Amino acid sequence: MYKYDQYDQAMVDARVEEFRDQARRRLEGKLTEAQFTPLRLKNGLYLQLHAYMLRVAIPYGTLDSRQMHALADIADRYDRGYGHFTTRQNIQYNWIKLEDAADILADLSKVEMHAIQTSGNCIRNISSDHFAGAAADEVVDPRPYAELLRQWSSFHPEFNYLPRKFKIAVIASDTDRAAMRLHDIGIQIVQNDAGELGAAFYVGGGMGRTPMIAPCINDFVPLDRLVTYAEACLRVYNRYGRRDNKYKARIKILVHELGAEEYTRQVEEEFAHLLEQGVEPPFAELERIRTFFEDPLFEADASSDIDRSDPDFALWVDRNTVAHKADGYVSAVISLKPVGGIPGDATAEQMRLMADLAKDYSFDELRVMHTQNIVLPHVRKADLHALWTALDEAGLGAPNLDTVEDIIACPGLDYCSLANARSIPVAQRISERFAKTGKTETLGQLKLKISGCINACGHHHAGHIGILGVDRKGVENYQLLLGGSEAEDVSLAKITGPGFDEHGIVDAVETVTTVYEREREDGERFLDTYRRIGMNPFKEALYG
Amino acid sequence: MAELLRYRDDETVDHPAVTVDAFLDQSNASAVRIEPGDDARDLLPHLERVALVEVNFPAFGDGRGYSSARILREAGYDGELRAVGDVLVDQLAYMRRCGFDAFEPDQQLDKGDVQAAFDRWPEVYQPAADDRTPIWTKRHS
Ligand code: SF4
Repeated sequence: MYKYDQYDQAMVDARVEEFRDQARRRLEGKLTEAQFTPLRLKNGLYLQLHAYMLRVAIPYGTLDSRQMHALADIADRYDRGYGHFTTRQNIQYNWIKLEDAADILADLSKVEMHAIQTSGNCIRNISSDHFAGAAADEVVDPRPYAELLRQWSSFHPEFNYLPRKFKIAVIASDTDRAAMRLHDIGIQIVQNDAGELGAAFYVGGGMGRTPMIAPCINDFVPLDRLVTYAEACLRVYNRYGRRDNKYKARIKILVHELGAEEYTRQVEEEFAHLLEQGVEPPFAELERIRTFFEDPLFEADASSDIDRSDPDFALWVDRNTVAHKADGYVSAVISLKPVGGIPGDATAEQMRLMADLAKDYSFDELRVMHTQNIVLPHVRKADLHALWTALDEAGLGAPNLDTVEDIIACPGLDYCSLANARSIPVAQRISERFAKTGKTETLGQLKLKISGCINACGHHHAGHIGILGVDRKGVENYQLLLGGSEAEDVSLAKITGPGFDEHGIVDAVETVTTVYEREREDGERFLDTYRRIGMNPFKEALYG
Repeated sequence: MAELLRYRDDETVDHPAVTVDAFLDQSNASAVRIEPGDDARDLLPHLERVALVEVNFPAFGDGRGYSSARILREAGYDGELRAVGDVLVDQLAYMRRCGFDAFEPDQQLDKGDVQAAFDRWPEVYQPAADDRTPIWTKRHS
C-alpha cells in the first residue's frame, strides 16, 4: 500500500488548515455562500436534504485496517454510527455538521486520508480495479499509475475550475471491473508486442442524463508520457468544454460535438507542445510508487483445500470469492447488501470488524468496490471458514455477489436534494422479494442498478436491469431499463416503456426475470439472453 | 475597483488594455485583455510588443483564464500577466502558479488573507508556470 512521506503529509495538513481558514472566513462574512460553496465541495462537503454530507476519498479504493478503524471512529464521533460506501469507491457520511468538518479532515489526515477533490468541478478521486494486485488476469497492478495521477491532479493549478467534474479510472486487464469506459478518462494499462507497458486512453465516457461510452483516442501512450498526455486531454477540455449549460459541460459532450477524431487531433497537438514543457514526472517517481504495491509475502505452499461440508459456507465460497493469482489464495468479497438492507451502508462496528479481519486474514488490506461492497484481496483458502464465520455472525455474510440482490443504489430521495424518487426502499423491496422466492441463486449473474434521478449516480444505464426514479406529476415513478453493462462488454440500457409505481417496479423486475428463465439457453446470463432475443419478449410480458 | 496587487519590479503599464481583436488590428497597442472565450495563442506571434496581458475572470468559476495564462508563459511571455475581475483570495495561489504576477480584483481583498494564501502551500505536486520544484522532482534529486 502507498504510504505518505513528509511531502504528502505536508500537503494534506496544509489542506486541512486551508479549509479551517476558509470556514472561518465564511463565518466572518468575508466569503459569500456562493464563494464558499466550491471551496467546501472541493473538500467533499455537500449540502443534502437534511444535513451536510462528507465524502472521504479512498484513492483507488484501497485502505488498511488503521484507516478503516479511523472511518469507523468518524462514523461514531461525528455521524450516526454508520457510513455509506459509494460507486466511486469512496465513503460518505450523511449527517455531518459543518462546524465539525475541519476537525474530521484533521482526524483523517492522521491516517493519511482526506476529502480532497471528492466533489466540485475538478479532477476527482481516481478509481481502479478492486482486485488490483490480486487478479490473475492483470498485466500489472494498475494502482501505481492511479497514485501518480492522484499526485498530479491534486491541487492542479490549471484544472481547479473545469467546466464540470472530471472522473478518471485506471485498470490493467481486459476484464473491466471499474466501468472504465464510462469515465471522463478511462485508462487501460496494456502491453505491446515488444513487451513494453503503455496506457490506452479512452476519453469522453460517462453516465448522467446523456450516457456515452468513451472512444479510444490513443491505444498506446508510453508510460513516461502518461501525465503529459493526461494534461493535454484536460487542457483541451478546460479551454473548449461547454460552460453555457451545466448539462452539456462534461467532456463527453465536447468529444461528441467535436467528434472523437477532431478532439484527438487537438489533444495530440497540445501533447506535442506540452512534451517540450517538462510536465512529466521523473520516471523514478513511478518506480518509487511501484515499490509500495509489491506483492505481499504469499505462502508458497498454501493449501487449496476447502472443507465444503457446511452448505451455507460452501455457497458463500462459490458466490463471494474470486480466483487469485497466487495458489491457495482468493479474494473474498464482503457483501454490504444484506437482504432488505441499504446497499453500501456499514455500521461503525461492522467497519471495525472488517478492519480486524483484514489484518488477520488479508495482509492488512481492504478494497472498496464500485458495486458498494468490500474486498479482502488476499485471503488464504485455509482461512476462509474462520473468516466467513466471523462475517456471518456480524450480518456480513450475504452470499450474493453479482446477483440480483447485489444492487447498486444511489442515496435517492432519502438524502439527496436532486432526487425525484427514493432508491433505497426500492432496492430493499427487490432484494426481499428475490430472497423470499429463492430465485436469487438460479438467476445467476444479474446486475441491478437504481438511480433516484437522471443524474445516474446509481449507474442505471449500465445495469443488466436498470431502474430510474422520475417524478410523475408529483408522484414517484420508476422507469425500467434493460441491457446495460459497465464491464468490458459495455453497453447502455434501454427503457422498456411506461414506468411503474413503487410496488409495480418490484413486480416488473420479477416479470423480466421470468422471461429470462423461460428463454435462456445454456450458460446464458440475463444480459446474454436479452441481447439475443431483444426487447420485445420483455415488453410483451410487462405491458402485454 | 480594488487596489492592484503586483508582484513585479518593473513600471506599471499605464495605457488601457484593448480587446484581442483590436490588438490584432492595431500594430501599436502593447496592452491587451483576454476574455474567457479568446484564444491566447492568437497573441503568440506578437508577444514581443506586449507589455501587459489582462486575463478577465467575469465569474470566478470559469477557469479558462488559467489555461490562457499558462499558454502565454509557456510561449515565453515575460511581461505582466494580470488577473482581473472576479478574483478571490482562494484563487490567488493557483493563479500565481499559472503565471499571473498581478491581480486586480473587483472587490478589495484582505491583505492578511492574501499573504496567507500565498504562504499556504509548503510544496507543490506538479510543475506549472512558476519556478517551484515539484515534490516528485525533489524526491529524486
Ligand atoms: S442519481 Fe440523482 S437522486 Fe441519486 S444520488 Fe445522484 S443526483 Fe441524487
